[in-house]
Amino acid sequence: MGAMGEFTKGLLKENPVLVLLLGLCPTLAVTTGLSNAIGMGLAATFVLVCSNLLISIFKSLIPKEIRIPIFIIVIATFVTIVKLVMAAYFPALKASLGIFLALIVVNCIILGRAEAFASKKNPLLSVIDGLGMGLGFTLALCLIAFFRELLGSGTLFGIPLVQGLDAYTQKIFILAPGGFLTLGLILFVFGWLKTRHDKKQMIRKNLEMGREERGKELLGGAEYIAAYESKNSSHKS
Amino acid sequence: MEWTFTEYFALMFGLIFTQNFVLSQFLGLCPFFGVSKKRDSAVGMGLAVIFVMTLASVVTMLIYKGLFLNPSLEKYHMAEYLDIASFILVIASLVQFVEIVLKKLAPALYKSLGIFLPLITTNCAVLGVTQIKLTEFARPEYSLAQAVWLQSLYGIFGGIGFTLALYLMAGVREHLETAMIPESMKGMPIAVISGCCMALAFFGFQGFV
Repeated sequence: MGAMGEFTKGLLKENPVLVLLLGLCPTLAVTTGLSNAIGMGLAATFVLVCSNLLISIFKSLIPKEIRIPIFIIVIATFVTIVKLVMAAYFPALKASLGIFLALIVVNCIILGRAEAFASKKNPLLSVIDGLGMGLGFTLALCLIAFFRELLGSGTLFGIPLVQGLDAYTQKIFILAPGGFLTLGLILFVFGWLKTRHDKKQMIRKNLEMGREERGKELLGGAEYIAAYESKNSSHKS
Repeated sequence: MEWTFTEYFALMFGLIFTQNFVLSQFLGLCPFFGVSKKRDSAVGMGLAVIFVMTLASVVTMLIYKGLFLNPSLEKYHMAEYLDIASFILVIASLVQFVEIVLKKLAPALYKSLGIFLPLITTNCAVLGVTQIKLTEFARPEYSLAQAVWLQSLYGIFGGIGFTLALYLMAGVREHLETAMIPESMKGMPIAVISGCCMALAFFGFQGFV
């Protein structure tokens, strides 16, 4: 996979939240508004890129047995940097992210990339991978936050869209149950699109290979298999 | 500053129902969805989390208030901004330590909890529990012993709330196995939506205390 592939895979195909289902806690906790989502996404991206870079530079020096504690300390260092910088320049954002800023340390995405990618590949690819995964995380947060903020408070980035929209908003969407509901429905749509895409590709591949029968069999699905099995069993008897 | 019975009760009830770690504060969602397929393993995970959370609460509060904020150590400039890095180290080594001790002293318990212990290091509920009330309990009105006591209660009841949510979720998911569910809804999406229903039910306790 080229450098471009490493970058784009994090955005959609291996999106950390919507496909790999990692880092769900910050995903649900900070998506009550779009500005929070972007702040959290960029903070996590910064930590991810820096920790990937540092770990891939020192990968040959890190003893295998204690690599996880070392990764965690590296990540914790960068989280502390982000926390102090945010306290100095963006105190409002820090207050609304609350403890979830500190909890970037235990975000499975960052430790997962350190373990699965940065400890094996070269620094440049690791930075690109971190950037792609971080932006994929940010995109997923924004997608969820868009629906939750729009339906829950009728605003985007804190700006009301239409006058008098407040009367129609459902407060439940910015509370805990609405977070679960939005994520569940988005995962459902993603899963549906993915199975449809996979099925189409399989059919196309089979048609290209000139095996139209096989393609029809896939289209027919369950009934075809049932008929096929009953035919087989009748043969045996 | 002494706490009244009402305050203790509010703390307990809040952590188990109204401010449940999983269902209203979004902490520890990874094990909530990852280890909730069977009720037995949910109980095992829950017990391990209660255990580690309580110990982590005691140790981190001792470090924060007794070392970082200690007035007699002020001239050494004990750095309170090191809380995240030191706490995560404490939790990671605590998990290792608990694993070794259990293996030696209670092999039966180790066998049932053993596989869940390494997962707890990256459970955000454990780091979360040490962070949420950190500045509140570390205020000068409380003595060191009181701060540690309150923080450990916070850990225990937080862990119990987590276990309750995990156990209920496992019960729901065991039934989902046999239910008729649309193909793309199977697995994670339906689990998250069941989580929504449970969060809605727990939301009903709001304003109780």
